[in-house]
Amino acid sequence: MSEKFDVIVVGAGPAGNAAAYTLAKAGINVLQIERGEYPGSKNVQGAILYADALERLIPDFRDSAPLERHIIEQRMWVLDEDSYIGGHYRSAEFARPPHNRYTIIRARFDKWFSDQVQKAGALLLCETTVKALLRDVQGKVIGVEVDREDGRIYADAVILADGANSLVATRAGLRQDIRAETAALAVKEVIFLPKETVDARFNLSGQEGAVIEMLGSISQGMVGTGFLYTNKDSISIGIGCMLSDLKRQHLAPVELLERMKAHPAIAPLIAGGEPREYAAHLIPEGGYDALPQLYGEGWMLVGDSAGFVNAVHREGSNLAMTSGQMAAETLIELLREKRPATAANLARYRARLDASFVMKDLKKYRRLPETLDRQRQFINDYPALLNQAAHTMLRVDGMDKRHKEKEIFNAFRERRSLLGLLGDAYHLWRATR
Amino acid sequence: MSATPTTKPVKKRKIKLDEHLLAYRGVWVFVESERGHVHPVSWELMGQGRRLADQLQVELCAVAMGAPGPELDTHCEASFHYGADRCYRVASPVLRDYRNEPYTQALTQLVNAHKPEILFLGATTLGRDLAGSVATTLKTGLTADCTELAIDPEDRCLLATRPTFGGSLLCTIATLNYRPQMATIRHRVMPMPEPQPERRGLIVDFEPGLVEDSIVTKLLDFLPDALGDKQHLPYAKIVVAGGKGLGKAENFRLVWDLAGVLGAEVGATRAAIHAGWITPDRQVGQTGKTVRPALYIAAGISGAIQHRVGMESSDCIVAINNDANAPIFDFAHYALVGDCVSVLPALTKAFASYLGKPFKEAT
Amino acid sequence: MHIVVCIKQVPDSAHIRVHPVTNTIMRQGVPAIINPYDLFAIEAALRLKDQLGGRVTVMSMGPTQAEPALRKAISLGCDEAILVTDRIFAGADTLATSYVLASAIRTLDKEMPVGLVFTGKQTIDGDTAQVGPGIAKRLDMQLLTYVSRIVEVDPAQRRIVVERRAEGGVQVLETAMPALITMLEGSNEIRFASTPGMFRAARATIRHWDRNAAGIEDIKLVGLKGSPTIVSRVFGPAARAEKAKPIPFDPADPDSCANNLLERLLNEMPKVRKELEQRRSDTQ
Ligand SMILES: Cc1cc2nc3c(=O)[nH]c(=O)nc-3n(C[C@H](O)[C@H](O)[C@H](O)COP(=O)(O)OP(=O)(O)OC[C@H]3O[C@@H](n4cnc5c(N)ncnc54)[C@H](O)[C@@H]3O)c2cc1C
Ligand SMILES: Cc1cc2nc3c(=O)[nH]c(=O)nc-3n(C[C@H](O)[C@H](O)[C@H](O)COP(=O)(O)OP(=O)(O)OC[C@H]3O[C@@H](n4cnc5c(N)ncnc54)[C@H](O)[C@@H]3O)c2cc1C
Ligand SMILES: Nc1ncnc2c1ncn2[C@@H]1O[C@H](COP(=O)(O)O)[C@@H](O)[C@H]1O
Repeated sequence: MSEKFDVIVVGAGPAGNAAAYTLAKAGINVLQIERGEYPGSKNVQGAILYADALERLIPDFRDSAPLERHIIEQRMWVLDEDSYIGGHYRSAEFARPPHNRYTIIRARFDKWFSDQVQKAGALLLCETTVKALLRDVQGKVIGVEVDREDGRIYADAVILADGANSLVATRAGLRQDIRAETAALAVKEVIFLPKETVDARFNLSGQEGAVIEMLGSISQGMVGTGFLYTNKDSISIGIGCMLSDLKRQHLAPVELLERMKAHPAIAPLIAGGEPREYAAHLIPEGGYDALPQLYGEGWMLVGDSAGFVNAVHREGSNLAMTSGQMAAETLIELLREKRPATAANLARYRARLDASFVMKDLKKYRRLPETLDRQRQFINDYPALLNQAAHTMLRVDGMDKRHKEKEIFNAFRERRSLLGLLGDAYHLWRATR
Repeated sequence: MSATPTTKPVKKRKIKLDEHLLAYRGVWVFVESERGHVHPVSWELMGQGRRLADQLQVELCAVAMGAPGPELDTHCEASFHYGADRCYRVASPVLRDYRNEPYTQALTQLVNAHKPEILFLGATTLGRDLAGSVATTLKTGLTADCTELAIDPEDRCLLATRPTFGGSLLCTIATLNYRPQMATIRHRVMPMPEPQPERRGLIVDFEPGLVEDSIVTKLLDFLPDALGDKQHLPYAKIVVAGGKGLGKAENFRLVWDLAGVLGAEVGATRAAIHAGWITPDRQVGQTGKTVRPALYIAAGISGAIQHRVGMESSDCIVAINNDANAPIFDFAHYALVGDCVSVLPALTKAFASYLGKPFKEAT
Repeated sequence: MHIVVCIKQVPDSAHIRVHPVTNTIMRQGVPAIINPYDLFAIEAALRLKDQLGGRVTVMSMGPTQAEPALRKAISLGCDEAILVTDRIFAGADTLATSYVLASAIRTLDKEMPVGLVFTGKQTIDGDTAQVGPGIAKRLDMQLLTYVSRIVEVDPAQRRIVVERRAEGGVQVLETAMPALITMLEGSNEIRFASTPGMFRAARATIRHWDRNAAGIEDIKLVGLKGSPTIVSRVFGPAARAEKAKPIPFDPADPDSCANNLLERLLNEMPKVRKELEQRRSDTQ
């Protein structure tokens, strides 16, 4: 006796939860399958939650979701070996509710989200891994097979929300293996510090939080960025670099993180803390050009498994939730119209995505990964040049300011020709517009 | 033990012992014997009991149970050698082999009759089985698997310390308003006292009134363990132990080599055992064996608390670890910050030449 | 035959970290699991059910968050689960816990007589191995602790034969049911739930019993009030007062480091010296 559902959702991350929640709310018989011991168990790290995407699903999420801090200050740092230059943006408006961005601890957040999903009526199986997709003779996906005895479970449609690696989709030939050139490997750590210490070090109070985005020498010449988030009584710190770069440089990601933590601008912020959790995770950063086919006969890809990550703005979970919701809405519509989940009908999912910020943002930055990969000066030269410039300007040593400006200009010229400088500005403009 | 430990010392609760509990006096140690042998933990406990009894200025009493006969009498005598002032001899044919029911009945009756304020048993399979049912029958508190014992000088309360939460923490537990205060204590964490053969004491016989026919559980057979070499580990004078830091199975040979030259026993961490480098009977620690050798050489061992509780009472701990911040250096006596794979052969060579043993340089 | 298995949900101690400053347990992100030893109790009960038929009820005293542990037991094949849960049970030590569980089992016995109760050897958080014996005493059942093998069960004769780990050997014991068995780890291989089992668990209704449903007669005997022991202090392990003495190590010359250590052991550690000298005279 095998089980049959309207929809099976594989994975209980933000994408899967958003999909299952939307379906269950609409009264659809949905099964969600998660390989972890519980949703979030594989996700120990801290992260940023963008309120907007979740608000569209659960308008009053703020009442019960485990949120760490709301972000009132964003810093952008460009580092060289022993200094940084950067900007801070802090706004009193960010401090007024409803807040726009929060830090969260994924393990707790995912669990909470999943509780909402189950309350909405979805059935969840944990500690169960989907091994393969089941297809009928025409090749339409009609269910999944899990790693347990009697493991065939059927459904009219399957939503794959199983994350960046998406082994299920890859094995089923729905997409290619994630490539080293289009994936970043991020390592991060949660470092415990008493709340008062976090507040004092970042000039925060109450539930206020701050974020630092970093680039420069910390990535050791590779394409990558670092980040630091404040949680209630801990700090999430991490760095991600393109997998291909890491491979080329034979650098262990842990080592990268350790060096970053030792940077003179960063070390004091985390001093005395106890590293609690360490995690490494792939981020699909190929952007628009690396997107796989997003749907087919009886199946859809959502979230990271579809490659929906905006690497520039470090947005992922919001794209995941939005795409999950859209996949679900597409199916709801089809079920109401009593139409099957054929590829032709599921094209509506793509249309929804195209009309949303998901695709628009991905398109906007489609050239950036390539630009950064080719034009290494952005990583190798500018951080040092910028820091040097600041250093020269700020040091009072008897040299007049005009000379100082000249010195700075010459330094830039030495590293990059005048044409090069102009070219760089153009590249950057092109890649991000 | 309360399920949710607090860190702040709980506000000192006033002890208010019920009238009938005020009469409870004296420290008791249960002398565990099976098949003619007293378990050494009993004598280790006698040493602790002596110390606490002196502090409380009360008698230290042994409780010896078993079938009547010279064997039981020897145990009573031995209890005096190890420090007892008095020994309750509970002799009955029903008590020949350990079974929960008659032993619980006998010990419960004895406690009700002679009222000790403290009762210790070894944290062995027998001790834990018996202590658990006796404490429930007496409706008193019991602290399991303790590693440290003390008396609160202010209120004469027993403070029993034990690992908790998988050994990541220690907690001190008190039984305030009930008597006796019961605890089971781990084997090998307390030192073995020197016996004083001339010491004598008072034997008090206690008749438990047991009838075999009323005992439901019967012993059909006893299958003794084959005496493997694992029996030696807890008593070894020198232990060489290896951990995950050895890197791979082959490197464990370096530990065996050094142990061979030293005439030492080999120990290991759970991580090394999980890696399949060595058999589980070699595990030292909370869920393995407790050792207290004169010399413990720890190679590639981080010093996790679960390992630590099994070896920290060693007289001398030499730690070899390439991480200068490894926790093991917090409690080792000698710190050798380096790669154990190159240190171990050098040690083997040095000890071999000191001990005049042949040694082949590794190739 | 009706078998009851008592299980506890515990924090996975492998993931427990201690707050460096306040010395409290940091539970955040620490997964809760079925006490690993209790899995052997569940397995033993299920094997008896496979063999003899009957019914297995799994029971836990704990907060509502313990439900997943009970569901997991159902996924493995237990028929029903009861969560004994009430605010007044909080802070219980083993004496109070065994009182509550014994009361609940007595109540359950009225629904369908209980022949055997299984518990794990011990928990990994409390680590006392006392709750099992406590329940047995309170229910006046025969107690069989540290059981490594169930040799024979005869429900008609109410007879059971087991092997029990004792110091220095194995006891073969025969007794009459009802009996309580605490199962030793490694006694049998634990099964992996099937897909239908997972579905049964996900859909199961778990009965919640409060003090009334569990048949608690005297509420002074439960929770913190009913616990004779109190935790007076929790602390992390202390570093030795004296720092470890460094033995300098030069990778290029491990031998002199080794000789240095040997020399210092001989000079500074009389007990080690004694052992070494004895061994030296033995070789000669
Ligand atoms: C270091 C790092 C920092 C980030 N920071 C941010 C941030 O600050 N803000 C932000 O918005 N985004 C951030 N992201 C991106 C964000 O985490 C992802 O985009 C988001 O988690 C994607 O959600 P998802 O549901 O698609 O995948 P996931 O969260 O990866 O969830 C997939 C789930 O599927 C399960 N699963 C996988 N395979 C199977 C299978 N075969 N069977 C059953 N279950 C399976 C997994 O266990 C997992 O629970 C960050 C990513 C990383 C790595
Ligand atoms: C409930 C429970 C009970 C447990 N019971 C026990 C128990 O009884 N016994 C036990 O041992 N563990 C037990 N553990 C496990 C314990 O927590 C630790 O995980 C274990 O002791 C770690 O073993 P390790 O030191 O070998 O490995 P690791 O922690 O991996 O440490 C390896 C060490 O070797 C060092 N190292 C690496 N390479 C080298 C090199 N080339 N040269 C020198 N040093 C090197 C590293 O710096 C590190 O400090 C238990 C855990 C739990 C949760
Ligand atoms: N709260 C509880 N609920 C159900 N069973 C328990 C509970 N506490 C302990 N047990 C059982 O008693 C055994 C011994 O626990 P402990 O005495 O805490 O080591 C465990 O393995 C469980 O089977």
